Amino acid sequence: MVPIAYYLVLSAILFSIGVAAFLIKRNIITVFMSIELMLNAVNLTFVAFSRQWSQVSGHLQVNGQIFVFFVMVVAAAEAAVGLAIIIAVFRARNTLNVDQVDLMKL
Amino acid sequence: MHLVLFIVFAVLCVAGALNLLLQRHPINSALSLIVVMSSLAVLYLLLGAEFLAAAQVIVYSGAIMVLFTFVIMLLNAGREERTHGSKLAYIAGFPGAAALLGLLTFIFISRRSSFGSARLGQYLVTTSDLSRVLFRDLLLPFEVTSVLILIAILGAVALARKEH
Repeated sequence: MVPIAYYLVLSAILFSIGVAAFLIKRNIITVFMSIELMLNAVNLTFVAFSRQWSQVSGHLQVNGQIFVFFVMVVAAAEAAVGLAIIIAVFRARNTLNVDQVDLMKL
Repeated sequence: MHLVLFIVFAVLCVAGALNLLLQRHPINSALSLIVVMSSLAVLYLLLGAEFLAAAQVIVYSGAIMVLFTFVIMLLNAGREERTHGSKLAYIAGFPGAAALLGLLTFIFISRRSSFGSARLGQYLVTTSDLSRVLFRDLLLPFEVTSVLILIAILGAVALARKEH
């Protein structure tokens, strides 16, 4: 038996590590990966709360897991578009360092 | 048994996330993110979400991370250079993230009893339970996401195409 709170603490830890990686990483691909890490941490929270709601209400509740399903779909679409943007930025600037990609115009 | 599995995979998750933070080369970060996502799939199974565990392995640690490693290799990304990031990020960002973590941990641990605890094998959400809600109550959002994916494919092709 594992308290649901442990799952929530784990997802808080993962989210904070994601925030820290988002702030210190200088490579645009790694910054993007830390966003994915934060999305995964939130997904774990959704699944844990869905489980908790099932236990409180006494019968199966799947709405939290539906949320996770939609987050996964949107994350897949976002990863495809985001990596295409990264490729376009790399073609235009020849660098992946976010400090050198701080102007909107070329 | 449940607690042992939870601790093993939670430690694996946190270790992978820390490795993502500490590695300088993006391919090492990508591989440690695969470890994090695969261990999260096991944690979903422990919480009784079997469809999401499979989808996590297939979509996240399969499709998305393959896309990431593919782009890293395509762009031949090397070790990242050490440059000074934004000062504000260091001054406000890290204490902010640490405070957020401390606050959330305090709230979750102090209200541990009201969250209850998960027993292995109870409240197993099968794929048919999930699809009953998804295809009956939420059919319109489901169809809209397929349009979203179509637009994302078109956008990715248009953005990554070489300009003439």
